Amino acid sequence: MIDVLYFAWVRERVGLPREQVETSAATVADLVEELKARQERYAAAFADVSALRVAVDQELCAFDTPLAGVREVAFFPPMTGG
Amino acid sequence: MTVRVQQDRFDLGAEVQGFAQGCNTSGAVVNFTGIVRNTPDGDLDRMEIEHYPGMTQSALAEIEAKAVKRWSLKGSLIIHRYGILRPGDMIMMVATAAPHRVDAFESAQYLMDYLKSRAPFWKKEFTTDGHQWVEAKDADEAALTRW
Repeated sequence: MIDVLYFAWVRERVGLPREQVETSAATVADLVEELKARQERYAAAFADVSALRVAVDQELCAFDTPLAGVREVAFFPPMTGG
Repeated sequence: MTVRVQQDRFDLGAEVQGFAQGCNTSGAVVNFTGIVRNTPDGDLDRMEIEHYPGMTQSALAEIEAKAVKRWSLKGSLIIHRYGILRPGDMIMMVATAAPHRVDAFESAQYLMDYLKSRAPFWKKEFTTDGHQWVEAKDADEAALTRW
């Protein structure tokens, strides 16, 4: 089980802020493909992954990051702090 | 070295005063404050700032630690708000203290550059016409290459 979090417009498109996902995906990119196949709202949120960023266990990562042993994955648009 | 992520307003004068007083081995204190900018038409009702609790504090602390090390800072302070803010409200501030001004200025710019695109905050603007997420600018990402 992995906690999957969504922020900003990704959260709005998916329709929830977080959920637990049972997955055997090897990498973040594989997880994205699994989610996209679920429902249209996921497909809409993940339509263009180049517009997204991902954090794995609260560290910014690349989409080819392995998921073995990971507890939390978060998807969000580029950050706009400051 | 302090990082605070909060909903509440902060008192800029009191924060800078307290920070400067606590840094008596520094000859230079620089501070920057970010403010909610109204639209050119003046129709911004509010800005909602969302963040990633859990990651925010650690991401800011990591950015701060790099600045402290690189410029041998004597002190640093980051305050960043989230929640509902109105035009003119202070969103955030950074302050840096160093023996000499160049290091204080440069490290404050470094903190701001990294805060813009590496701290997990997202802004949504609500105007009389509707609402939209503030998009990250290419220039903000490009700004990181100078460091």
